[in-house]
Amino acid sequence: MNYIFYALIVISIIIGAINGKLQDVVNSIMSGAELSVKIAFSLIGIMAFWLGVMRIAEKSGLIKIISKILKPITKILFDELSPESPAIGDIAMNFTANAFGLANAATPFGIKAMEELKKENLGQNTASNSMCLFLGMNTAGFQLIPTTVLAVLVGIGYKNPTEIIAPTFIVTLIAFISAIIMAKIGAKISRKLEMKSKEAAND
Amino acid sequence: MTRLLNLISLWALPVILLTVLTFGIFKKVPLYEEFTEGAKDGFKVSVKIIPYLVAIIVGISMLRASGAIEMLASFLAPILTKFNIPADTLPLMIVRSLSGSGALGIFSDIANHLGPDAYATKLSAVMLGSSETTFYVLAVYFGAVGISKIRYALVIGLLADLVGIIAAISVCNLMFG
Repeated sequence: MNYIFYALIVISIIIGAINGKLQDVVNSIMSGAELSVKIAFSLIGIMAFWLGVMRIAEKSGLIKIISKILKPITKILFDELSPESPAIGDIAMNFTANAFGLANAATPFGIKAMEELKKENLGQNTASNSMCLFLGMNTAGFQLIPTTVLAVLVGIGYKNPTEIIAPTFIVTLIAFISAIIMAKIGAKISRKLEMKSKEAAND
Repeated sequence: MTRLLNLISLWALPVILLTVLTFGIFKKVPLYEEFTEGAKDGFKVSVKIIPYLVAIIVGISMLRASGAIEMLASFLAPILTKFNIPADTLPLMIVRSLSGSGALGIFSDIANHLGPDAYATKLSAVMLGSSETTFYVLAVYFGAVGISKIRYALVIGLLADLVGIIAAISVCNLMFG
């Protein structure tokens, strides 16, 4: 992340200077910072609401029941988690909300799941394999109906906007499955690298 | 089929709410107290992600303002035309991992300029509809729980985006090409 952050800023300044757009680049610092706070503040209310609902679901034992139902799937996907982890219920809720295009509800569920995953990882600030997998599943953007895109298509007078639903679904499914497979490969590679560095340390 | 899906979308949240609250009251959970207790975290979490969002969104805003994306696009354009991919969709391929509002802006631009019948409009619709803003998800989800060492998470996100782009091109070529 350190290198990515450095690269983003250095490349922007150098290329901005080459293109004679340095003023725009400088201005974008201001507008980007403002946008970040706007996004964060716009999340407060909806986040509070769904975290409140989730708390009820947790206290009533509903999350545990959902986790149990989904156990066969999650046991394969999140093999490093303890089967009783409340993270599983949160992951399920996040996935459901995402699938139905309810991004506002999906985010609090996802953050809740991340919190539980961090607890499982003894509160370290390093991402665990499960966290990388969960993030990968979310960045792949699995959803049944691309509502925003459909709205734009309707707006320009697209005759049959629903014809893009099927191809979009196929593509998002492919990306989603490939994210899971790649996360699994990533976990395996990093495990091997760890073992190697341990062996080197022992020598 | 679409109507059914729309119906499910509409009812998903109400059904979740009804289920959670009814189950809670049935189990004698003090609903109001627990709700407000949980909701307290909403503010905390939102504020906690600000530093992470600022780092990533400012960096990406700067990159977009610098014209680097257009440069990369013009550099890659000759390769794309070889594969029968409209060059107009190239900025979208790059931006969709970086900025959600930016990607939507590019898509609206393509749709409005090239019109509903253009292949580029269909391809970019599928590309945008099948993606999530990887950098934003990373900042919010990892930021909220204070993860700074992200290991291979971003690599997976970007590779999955690439797979999505290739899949979108192939599927659209098959269906609309």
